[in-house]
Amino acid sequence: MFNTSLKLEKRPSDSQTMSYLSPLLAIILTLICGGILFALLGHDPLEALYTFFISPLTDAYGWAELGIKVAPLLLCATGLMMCFKAKIWNIGAEGQFIMGGLGGSWAALQFLDATSSWVLIPIMLTGMASGLVWAAITAYLKTHFKANEILTTIMLNYIAVNALLWAVHGPLKDPQGFNFPESALFVDATLLPLISDDYRLNISIFFGLFALVAVWTLMSRTWVGYQIQVLGEDAKAARYAGFKENQLTWFALLTCGALAGLAGVSEVTGPIGQLIPSISPGYGYAAIIVVFLGRMNPIGLVFASMLLALTYMGGEMVQMEMALPKSLTGLFQGMLLFFLLACDLLISYRVVLVKKVLDKKVSPSATIDAAS
Amino acid sequence: MDIDLITNILYATVRTGTPLILVALGEMVCEKSGVLNLGQEGMLLMGAVVGFMAAVTTGSLFVAVLLAIVAGILMSLLFGFLSITLVSNQVATGLALTIFGAGLSAFLGSSYVGVGITGIEPMSIPFLSEIPIIGKIFFQQDPLVYLSFILFGVVFWIFKSSRIGLQIRAVGENPEAANAMGINVHKVRYMAVIFGGAMTGLAGGYLSLAYTPLWAEGMSAGRGWIALALVVFASWKAERIMLGAYLFGAASIMHLVMQGLGFEVAPNLLAMLPYVATIAVLVLLSSNHMKTKLSAPMSLGTPYRPQV
Repeated sequence: MFNTSLKLEKRPSDSQTMSYLSPLLAIILTLICGGILFALLGHDPLEALYTFFISPLTDAYGWAELGIKVAPLLLCATGLMMCFKAKIWNIGAEGQFIMGGLGGSWAALQFLDATSSWVLIPIMLTGMASGLVWAAITAYLKTHFKANEILTTIMLNYIAVNALLWAVHGPLKDPQGFNFPESALFVDATLLPLISDDYRLNISIFFGLFALVAVWTLMSRTWVGYQIQVLGEDAKAARYAGFKENQLTWFALLTCGALAGLAGVSEVTGPIGQLIPSISPGYGYAAIIVVFLGRMNPIGLVFASMLLALTYMGGEMVQMEMALPKSLTGLFQGMLLFFLLACDLLISYRVVLVKKVLDKKVSPSATIDAAS
Repeated sequence: MDIDLITNILYATVRTGTPLILVALGEMVCEKSGVLNLGQEGMLLMGAVVGFMAAVTTGSLFVAVLLAIVAGILMSLLFGFLSITLVSNQVATGLALTIFGAGLSAFLGSSYVGVGITGIEPMSIPFLSEIPIIGKIFFQQDPLVYLSFILFGVVFWIFKSSRIGLQIRAVGENPEAANAMGINVHKVRYMAVIFGGAMTGLAGGYLSLAYTPLWAEGMSAGRGWIALALVVFASWKAERIMLGAYLFGAASIMHLVMQGLGFEVAPNLLAMLPYVATIAVLVLLSSNHMKTKLSAPMSLGTPYRPQV
């Protein structure tokens, strides 16, 4: 009888292959767990997974809807990528998104009699500026008071949610809206142009792609981008090299704030068309998963945004077709992130099979070789 | 403002502070052992939803509270397995736990939204509850509030004068040295993480069974995160956690105070107060950055890899 156990062993160097395989592995594990879950709920797992992940994309309308959801995810994820590269744990894309939508809505409501689409420029800029200001609070608190950005950004997310609720119940409420907590409907001139009249998809998808290319070029081809990368890899080395840590922090956070703000304003002037109490189904949080899943790589980010966008559509689909709760979306997103973290372990460790030496106690839990 | 109103406000303050106390005490023990679990919010939501579901299906509030604790423990084991056994990044794992907990709780509770239960009722303690003012504030509460007093005593005692407390501290300050002394670092950390999970699960149960007997998606409203800030604010001391939690509790019920004083402020603006207060606390702490650094457990956030 072989008496063997699994053991985690540190690799001599991180495995590049594993870092690309890990997201795929995580997706497969999520699908398996999702299938088991559907089976437990009394549905045919394959059919349910088909309904969740495939059926939303069987026609052009579905792909256009996917694009509507990819745009905000891509914008937020692009900004977050820059922060995470610098090891700035900005969890605040959600709040920056909401403030962008709130500021942008205020601007759009100033142009209720506009006829020319040029007014979109000040509206978009107001949205970006609102997100930027929201991120600036975190940057200020971090650089001046060394306040932990995870906590400040999360608190600012909750504050932003309340600010939005206050606005739709108060100053921005439609005076002719029968007291519903909603703003007036935006006029056509203040809505983002559609790509095709047959679908709801608007030009915000180009904002996302443009931002991605711009930020990626900045990160990989410019001096600022290089400094941000060094800061994230080794803060001490960055300081030693004389890089201005505070300035870089400001730069990364403000960029993210502006992009998330743009996503927010694009949402209210796009598919929603007015300000309502809930303008984000958690895009800012899902974008965190996009960044990790997409390996902070531009192409990876596009695919990861599509997958996360699909989880929103899948949630709606299983609700309509199978009367399952829409909140399956969040569950799938959470599972995905968890499996990804577990699989990422295989980047720096490998699993080896070791024969147990009798008489000698070997801990069954993962023991890690310290050779490296 | 008359005395009755003040008493009522303080009574509500104790109620609001209780979940924060439970989460923060649990997280404090966890952090003392060197593990930073940012997943409090996710565990809190899971405790709340499981407790509520159990209350609806079994009809027993006692079973409901127990299952809320179990839910917290299971979530913390998930965290522990990834961050202790598989030495993953604690910050990322904690965030993942929060996102996962939010998603899973929303899914589990989707058919329980809008269902009503009779929550845990207040239970006056004989004699003590008859003390003027103090009696009303502290001793006419529900049993889970009294449990929070007891658990405070337990945690206080653990770190004041128990062997386990010393072991936890040793592991948190210097795991290598603790290991050399013959302490099983992983075991101590697992116990601390599980304790934290149980406390947060209990806090979740308190929210959905006593504080507001209902289930709503995301009902913890950031309390898990506020508790994390509270631990730092209290510089890892149980007695300061009590004080801080009640201060935050007071900030969360400002709308009552404002109404009492006759002010008209939009409720959504007042709802921002606890979050603004948390940021203010983080700023205050920075004026004494060195002190925070000194009181934090040395190995906080660093995974321990045993040498084989």
